Amino acid sequence: MKINEIKELLCAEILCGGEFLSNEVNYAFGSDLMSDVLAYVKEKTVLLTGLTNTQVIRTAEMADLNAIIFVRGKRPDQDLVKLAMENNIVLMLTTDTMYTASGKLYSNGLEGTKI
Amino acid sequence: MSLIQYHFNVEKDDFDRAGEASSNIKKILRQLGIDAAIIRKVAISTYEAEINVVIHSLGGVISLEIDTSSIKITAKDRGPGIANIELAMQAGYSTASDKVREMGFGAGMGLPNMEKCADKFEVESVVGIGTTITMHMYI
Repeated sequence: MKINEIKELLCAEILCGGEFLSNEVNYAFGSDLMSDVLAYVKEKTVLLTGLTNTQVIRTAEMADLNAIIFVRGKRPDQDLVKLAMENNIVLMLTTDTMYTASGKLYSNGLEGTKI
Repeated sequence: MSLIQYHFNVEKDDFDRAGEASSNIKKILRQLGIDAAIIRKVAISTYEAEINVVIHSLGGVISLEIDTSSIKITAKDRGPGIANIELAMQAGYSTASDKVREMGFGAGMGLPNMEKCADKFEVESVVGIGTTITMHMYI
C-alpha cells in the first residue's frame, strides 16, 4: 500500500517526510512496546503507536521502518520530528484509536506483520 | 585481529541520547557497504544492548570491532551486575522501572532479542563489577 493511501484512509496529518508519500509499505504493526517492534517487524513496515518519545524513532531507524502513524491524536515534540527527518522516516498523526486505524488499513488490504 | 575498532560511551539514565551509539554504528556499517540484512541485525541487537546499559547499569562502553569474517559488538558496563543470568535471559523477566516501561522498553525482551539476532552471543556478569555482552555476526 502506498503511504499516501494510508494518509487518505486515516485522514492523517503529515508531520514530516511528505516527499516519500509515493513509497510502498508491505505490512503494518501496531504496538506501544518497542522491544516487540524490534523483535518482530520486517522491512517496509508502517508502525502504529501511541508512544511519542524519541526512542520510537530510534527503534524505527534500527529496524528500517519507513513510516510511523501516531494514533489517538498523540502529537510528538519537534525534537522527535527532527530525528525522523534526519532518518527519512514519514511521520503522520491521526485522531483514530489504534484499533480503528488498524481496522481501516487491514480492511483495505494492508496485512499485519507475520510473527 | 580487528581491522576496525570504535568505542562509544553510554551514560546511565541518559534517555535523550540512548540509541546514539547504535545509530553511529549503523552508519559506519552502511559506509563500509555491509549487507543490509546483517546491518539490521547488528543495529537491533546493539540498540537493545545500549538501552540495557542506559536503564540498568551505572554506565558503560559499546564497542564495534570488525575483521574480515565478522562484526563483533561488546557492551561492557560498570555494574551493578546480574545476580541470576538464567532468570534475566527468560523472555518476559524484567526489573525495569515504570519510567522505562512508559518509554516502550522493560518488557523482558532485550536479552532474548539480542540472542536471536546474533550468530554468537555471550553474557558474563559479576555482581559488584559489571556485565559484558559479546555478540558476533558473521559477514
